[in-house]
Amino acid sequence: MVEIFINGKPFEVEDGITVIQACEQAGEEIPRFCYHEKLSIAGNCRMCLVEMENSAKPVASCAMPVAKGMKIKTNSEMVMKARKGVMEFLLINHPLDCPICDQGGECDLQDQAMAYGSGIGRYVEQKRAVKDKNLGPLIQTHMTRCIHCTRCIRFAEEVAGNDQLGSLNRGEDTEITSFLEKSIDSEMSANVIDLCPVGALTSKPYEFLARPWELKKTQTIDVFDAVGSNVRIDSKGDQILRVLPRINEEINDEWISDKTRFAYDGLNFQRINKFYMRDSNNKLTESSEEDAIQLINSRLQTKNKNDIASIVGNSVDCESIFSFKLLLDKIGALNYDCRQDESFFLPNQRSSYIFNSTISGIDESDLCILIGTDIKKEAPVLSSRIRQRFLNYEKSYQILRIGKQNKTIFNTIDLGIDSKSLLKLKEKKYTEILKKSKKPMFILGQGAMCAEDSESIFNYSLMVYHKYSKNDKWNGFNILQNYAGRVGGLDLGFFNKKNVISRSMIKKIYSGKFKTLFLLSADELDFEKIPKNTFVIYFGHHGDRAVKRADLIIPISCFTEKEGIYVNLEGRPQISRQIKLPLPDVNHFSDFIKKISHALNVDLNFKSFDDLRQLMFHHNEHLSRINKISYSKLHKEKKVKNNLLNTEIFSPIKNFYMTDSVSRSSPIMSECSLNFFSK
Amino acid sequence: MIKKNNRIFNNLYGFESPYLKYASKRGDWKDTKKILKNKPSYLIDIVTKSGLRGRGGAGFSTGMKWSFMPKDGNKQHYLVINADEGEPGTCKDRDIIRNEPHKLIEGCLLSAYAINASKCYIYIRGEFFNEAAILQKAIDEAYEAGFIGKNSCGSDFDFDLYLHYGSGAYVCGEETALIESLEGKKGQPRLKPPFPANVGLYGMPTTVNNVETIAVIPTILRKGSDWFSGMGTKNNSGSKIFCISGQVNKPCNVEEELGVPLKYLIQKYAGDVIGGWNNLLAVVPGGSSVPLLPKHVCEDVLMDFDSLKNSGSGLGTAGIIVINKQTNIVKFIARLSEFYKHESCGQCTPCREGTGWLMRMMDRIVHGNVSEDEIELLEEVTHQIEGHTICALGDAAAWPIQGLLKHFKNDILKSIEKKSKVA
Repeated sequence: MVEIFINGKPFEVEDGITVIQACEQAGEEIPRFCYHEKLSIAGNCRMCLVEMENSAKPVASCAMPVAKGMKIKTNSEMVMKARKGVMEFLLINHPLDCPICDQGGECDLQDQAMAYGSGIGRYVEQKRAVKDKNLGPLIQTHMTRCIHCTRCIRFAEEVAGNDQLGSLNRGEDTEITSFLEKSIDSEMSANVIDLCPVGALTSKPYEFLARPWELKKTQTIDVFDAVGSNVRIDSKGDQILRVLPRINEEINDEWISDKTRFAYDGLNFQRINKFYMRDSNNKLTESSEEDAIQLINSRLQTKNKNDIASIVGNSVDCESIFSFKLLLDKIGALNYDCRQDESFFLPNQRSSYIFNSTISGIDESDLCILIGTDIKKEAPVLSSRIRQRFLNYEKSYQILRIGKQNKTIFNTIDLGIDSKSLLKLKEKKYTEILKKSKKPMFILGQGAMCAEDSESIFNYSLMVYHKYSKNDKWNGFNILQNYAGRVGGLDLGFFNKKNVISRSMIKKIYSGKFKTLFLLSADELDFEKIPKNTFVIYFGHHGDRAVKRADLIIPISCFTEKEGIYVNLEGRPQISRQIKLPLPDVNHFSDFIKKISHALNVDLNFKSFDDLRQLMFHHNEHLSRINKISYSKLHKEKKVKNNLLNTEIFSPIKNFYMTDSVSRSSPIMSECSLNFFSK
Repeated sequence: MIKKNNRIFNNLYGFESPYLKYASKRGDWKDTKKILKNKPSYLIDIVTKSGLRGRGGAGFSTGMKWSFMPKDGNKQHYLVINADEGEPGTCKDRDIIRNEPHKLIEGCLLSAYAINASKCYIYIRGEFFNEAAILQKAIDEAYEAGFIGKNSCGSDFDFDLYLHYGSGAYVCGEETALIESLEGKKGQPRLKPPFPANVGLYGMPTTVNNVETIAVIPTILRKGSDWFSGMGTKNNSGSKIFCISGQVNKPCNVEEELGVPLKYLIQKYAGDVIGGWNNLLAVVPGGSSVPLLPKHVCEDVLMDFDSLKNSGSGLGTAGIIVINKQTNIVKFIARLSEFYKHESCGQCTPCREGTGWLMRMMDRIVHGNVSEDEIELLEEVTHQIEGHTICALGDAAAWPIQGLLKHFKNDILKSIEKKSKVA
């Protein structure tokens, strides 16, 4: 800690921070444009100038580290003059088009011009005009508005790991552009929209839709991947207009992926809002709730409960899964699962399916071993976090990779594409790396966990991990889940142990072992393989893959239309909030379960949604600790026969922009897919 | 005035060949091994005592600059020579490279030894194509003779010297922009702190020195600090190459002691102002970036760092631009404004936006399309730029106009009045 004086008052601040941070801690507001907590320091806007004793010139507070006894003035005449001057310079070439600018109302330049500007312009010369650039389907550009703070360039380089943005020319003619006007090909690209302090980079899909003060802002979480990024959803009436990140340093810092940000428009298309039944001509015809319940119940009342199978989809909230489980348990239809890909996990070990080190643990790790994961597509936010660790850890942060060699945003040492390459970890080259590491981090992706030899991969990796990780307080053995509802489903025990061990659930479905198949928003099966004699009942909100095969379709509300708990890949329960009402005559899934149970005359012990949640908390105590991670012990590996195969392990996610029924229905995602996805 | 045998650059005018055979006749590379036997700290000590101040413009003590380099640790140190001479009115480094390259190379070796840098880069302005060819040949000669390279001059000191071509950006003469450019990035100045002595080229401790500074080092080390500090005035010791251009009869480079009167320089070496001394209007004494001096100051001002600072200007690179009464001084400064607008790197706001604004206003003043209030505005804008930028280019753009307004404001106002009467 060092003592510094801000406006004459002494403050104790941490050593190594910059003056702007110290002033912030002292409650002094310093205007800024280029400075951003999460990016490197550029010091080019010159808005944050402050007076420092013994310095003839004002200094840029964002770039000046604090020193003992430093005397800073933030509101002296010199400072005021400097700010006013810089503000005037920024405005001379900035167009006066606030009325038609999307940034209006949330523009740093607008706000700071109000606070620090002079009110009248003295510049009478020609203003600069800059040609707009095409940065793809997500980012709209108005480059004349650009104030050259270079936040977007620094973001692209440091966080997104994409060097396509840069500045051309010099002086007044400086232009921010992508190389050869290519659109920015990154899963994180649209974060530059939030970073841009002016209206130079705005959201293309949100263009001219609303002013920020008209919007209802709901603080919720993202369910398009398992990271559980914290977001704010802005809606106007019934329409979701945009999704913005919320700062949560433990999860997503303040970045979100493009899918999180833009897949929301899929909620407006392909929605199921009526009951449908397949008639004898193989045509879906409209049905009614009563008929549907009757049909379901007749199916549930079958004598042999083993004829019934139930599969829960990838992004279903805990309450829905729990209510489903209550019903199925009660009637004894125990063939259920929440994994359409039958990825490997150990039923009684929570640590075998979560990201044990936690996301912020990445910042502590000193070695990363990726096994069967295309992390750039599976969890872009984590990928960026690893990149930042990679950049900040004195250049000695090594990343080993086993599995398909997809593009990454950090340098990797590739051991091989098949799981047999795991054995190379025994080679001296690699044991030396492992030995040096104090906090190694293993990340096993779904590519590894869904592979044929996943049990061997798991146990072998765990063996290596235990061999080299001697630190009891560090648990760096991570499984990277891809879907928002997966950890919740496994936590709630929505699986059948026998089927898990034999890995036969999906096989049985395809072989026609079950007469009735319940699908709760499960769209990822190979529906053509489901035999004719299986009666498929689909609960869902989107007319996606499953409806083509379903015999009975029950509309239910989607995640923005109800409240629900999701457990992210770290095992952290978070609440997703309701943003709008469900479509007319569409039930929440748990309400529909209640209706079924009434008709069956079965008591599920809950009357309201709150009852259901309390009951769930009662059975699964750790879910009640919202936003907190409950400790899960990492067990020793099992000694199994090593049968690592030499088949390639690859990520199940091929097209980042289309991974679930909502994103597949989203026009924005289709456009991204056309632009950025190549087979 | 300088004694003939005190001159350091005896072949400044290129009457002899620049290459090794003749250079060694002039005394280059003589007993260099002996100097390398001393400890680096001893070399720094001599240079500090000699009072040598950086010849690139800022005039910072060279010995002190060297002493900022970390003494311990096993990091690679770099010496970088700034040969990106682009300051309008200055052409001393080019002549050193062209005619005395071995002084520079020997200086590189000795300076690098002093700061424990085994690698040295000379960043030469891209336009100096022929000069670079000469320098490269001289470097090859030095390598061949074993003066540099492994066990330079038979000492234990390994030293490598590389020549790197710039691409003609003025701002790359700023030391941190030069480092960025040398690293292959866009030439934009870095924020300080950290200073290059701590985090410089490739993140390693680096010293950046001007060509002239380095080229005088061998002579200082041979002849001793007292000899050097015996020349010039107090705190402004030594000799310096002055570049005299503009409206003089004989534009030239000349080596003289610091503290020589300006009038003497112009009359003795440059054949006086065109039209006689009384035809003098003003002088820009230190390259385009410093404020001009009107005639009455030029009468008795001494050419050294401190005297010129006290007269409201600066020695800068000692590029003396002489302006006589037939010159439209406003047009002259407007041309400089255009230069700075063109050369602004565009990184920080005041310079990026301000230089364009200045240029446009100056342009209007030249054409008389301006009101009296705007002259005040012009002055205010220069103060808005000055001191608020990352590097000194903003200041350099502001100062010439400030000098103009300080000494010639009334003339401008009169011409505006005249114009408005005509209208």
